[in-house]
Amino acid sequence: MMADTGSEEIAVIGNTDLTPSELENNIKNTMVEKGATLLKRMEINVAEAEKRTGKNAVSMQETYTVYLIETRAVDPSSEGANPAPPDSLWRRYSEFELLRNYLLVTYSFVVVPPLPEKRAEFVWHKLSADNMDPDFVERRRVGLENFLLRVASHPVLSNDKIFYSFLTQEQGWKEVVFETGFQAKSDSRLKALNATFRVKNPDKRFAEMKHYGDELQSVISQLLRVRARVADRLYGVYKVHGNYGRVFSEWSAIEREMGDGLQSAGHHMDAYAASVDDILEEEEHYADQLKEYLFYTEALRAVCRKHELCQFELEMAAQDLTSKKQQREELATGTVRTFSLKGMTSKLFGQETPEQREAKIKTLESQIEEGEEMVKDKNAESEEFVKNAWVDIERFREQKDRDLKEALISYAIMQISMCKKGIQVWSNAKECFSKM
Amino acid sequence: SVPGPLSSNQTLKFFEAAATNARENCDLLSDLYLPNGNTVDTSSPASSSSLLNRLQLDDDLDGETRDLFVTVDDPKKHVSTMETYITYRVSTKTTRTEFDLPEYSVRRRYQDFDWLRNKLEDSQPTHLIPPLPEKFVMKGVVDRFSEEFVETRRKALDKFLKRVADHPVLSFNDHFNAFLSAKDLNKRQGLALLSKMGESVKYVTGGYKLRARPVEFAAMGDYLDVFTQKLGTIDRIAQRIIKEQSEYLVELREYGPVYSLWASSEEVLQEPLDGVGGCVANCCSALEELTEDMSEDFLPVLREYILYIESMKNVLKKRDQVQAEYEAKLEAVAFREDKKTPVPTDVEKCQDRVECFNADLKADWDRWQNNKRQDFRQLLTGMADKNIQNYEKCLAAWESLIPLLQDKQEAKVETN
Repeated sequence: MMADTGSEEIAVIGNTDLTPSELENNIKNTMVEKGATLLKRMEINVAEAEKRTGKNAVSMQETYTVYLIETRAVDPSSEGANPAPPDSLWRRYSEFELLRNYLLVTYSFVVVPPLPEKRAEFVWHKLSADNMDPDFVERRRVGLENFLLRVASHPVLSNDKIFYSFLTQEQGWKEVVFETGFQAKSDSRLKALNATFRVKNPDKRFAEMKHYGDELQSVISQLLRVRARVADRLYGVYKVHGNYGRVFSEWSAIEREMGDGLQSAGHHMDAYAASVDDILEEEEHYADQLKEYLFYTEALRAVCRKHELCQFELEMAAQDLTSKKQQREELATGTVRTFSLKGMTSKLFGQETPEQREAKIKTLESQIEEGEEMVKDKNAESEEFVKNAWVDIERFREQKDRDLKEALISYAIMQISMCKKGIQVWSNAKECFSKM
Repeated sequence: SVPGPLSSNQTLKFFEAAATNARENCDLLSDLYLPNGNTVDTSSPASSSSLLNRLQLDDDLDGETRDLFVTVDDPKKHVSTMETYITYRVSTKTTRTEFDLPEYSVRRRYQDFDWLRNKLEDSQPTHLIPPLPEKFVMKGVVDRFSEEFVETRRKALDKFLKRVADHPVLSFNDHFNAFLSAKDLNKRQGLALLSKMGESVKYVTGGYKLRARPVEFAAMGDYLDVFTQKLGTIDRIAQRIIKEQSEYLVELREYGPVYSLWASSEEVLQEPLDGVGGCVANCCSALEELTEDMSEDFLPVLREYILYIESMKNVLKKRDQVQAEYEAKLEAVAFREDKKTPVPTDVEKCQDRVECFNADLKADWDRWQNNKRQDFRQLLTGMADKNIQNYEKCLAAWESLIPLLQDKQEAKVETN
């Protein structure tokens, strides 16, 4: 049941992700040539999961799960006609990871949708943390489908060729990904980690967004932790009531007038205790929705870090240019305005010949020219990045507000249904008690 | 297996066995759900036995014929150099001619109630005397002068006097009359009326074996044994539920504020998140009320009945003793050489006593069974009601949140 509502809701999120005007806007900004997201042209779902056993890279026997991806072209002209059977292929979780890493590196200005968790986290004790647990596999199937729908409805990501072949080309896909050389680019991302403290003029908007990402991550993980404990306790409260079921039934055996009432009240207590399983299973879907945004915060921060790197490179280029210009000045006027090693050595070892000086100035001038070009490029690159990234951050923010509000509404509805169930069971029990 | 008629020695052993059973029965809970693995001490002095106000309704069933009304209220603390203690006001209204005045108001302390109960037990050995709340509380664990403790005890004392006042025989007892009306209770009064039971105890301790407990009394004994076990289990379940609910409450109290914390770093989501935080807070107070009610109103009634069963078992034991005394005398007569002289009058008197005892006990048993049914019907429907109320409060909170969330969303879509 959860799986059904889950995928349905996610599909809705995917479909409503972009209004036509928004879409147009995004296309302009990101200069994507194709006119619509992939999801408008293709139905995508992760239909099922299957356990497989095989040999891994070091010839060790391993058990893993594969997921069946079904796709079908949507042809608006043939609406109403029998749709063609879907194309399908199997993918492992690690292939989803590879796809995401590729997207992350290739579209560093995009808040790339996260994958569902690899291992169950923030679970209440009754829930299995086993990767092969059927409930876990099922929730992950829903999560992976959600990931594909998010990518397929993203104005930029959905038009990626690698993504398209991930959906449609079972053999040789990995090789194609590696051929893009995305891994080489990914190294620069690591440098970004250290750039933070060296950027002189951080962009206030990105700094704030980064701070927000940190806050969001901390508050959602706190919420998930406490929720798991709340679920544990709620489970306890319900299950202990189940003991009334047994004792009422035993007690009813020695009572004459009270016997029937006690006996049937006992059944209602049993039902009460059992009802918590469904309640908490449903709540797990809410936890998954929160988890997606917990993992989204990492993607958000990656964009901010990438921006810092851009800014850092720009500042370094500008700094380099300034120092080259200063050196030229010094050589041309023969004065050393600031302390430098070069100035010191020239003082210690005597003056250069005019020819040498001339040659040096020449070299410097060509370097300055290059530097100016470099600063110009970096400036353009940075501007381009800021523009694209900000568009996607805005898009993400709207998506997040919409999704989380939906999640809160469905959480409230869950609570309402739990209260109604509780009232129902206790009213039934009360009726039995009052007949005693 | 239902035990058959027992000898008195066996009877004693049987009672011991029953007590062990009750203890073992507690272990049944170990295969129940115990999330932390630790067990609750049932004999916790913190939950000293007491009674319920709402049981008063039952007593009004025969309200038309009632001519003696007693209430216990207004506890007061007395501090003297010697000791500190609580007295309660005992108010009486009556039309009975046994009383000189239609109304009385006296102050009594726990030990006076204890005196009364002992007197009743001594002077009315054939009757079931309602229980008093447990006398001893462990020092340091329970504050004997705390408002909650005094109130719980007041309710229990009130219930005790009401049960005595409604009893067709006990309510006419002179000691009861003195307790209600005497300005100063002379506790030496009636000291001469020392138990007649001393005599019959001799027969039991002398190793006399009761021939057979009549079937109906054996059935009462069996019933009480099972009922004790079940009440013990229910008591432990109720305590465990209260413990689970309290721990649930601790987590919920932490859960709500996380939403508010989150709200502070959001714009669009601020109101929805604050709304959810507020709902959780509302559910907290509803649950708090439920838990409080369970520990203050539900548990005391169970405890009263556990003590009531003890009283009932005592009366059954005394009945066996009286029967034993009679059978011993009868046997002595049978072994006499002179079989022609008539059976001595004291043997006949003894037979009368057994028959009176049996009749009194049966009447009290029926009355008790009837009260018990009413009390538990009320107790359990009350429990269901409290749970329904808890859910209704939470339901109202969550339902009021929905339009808030949805309206905001629609409004936003329109402005877009």
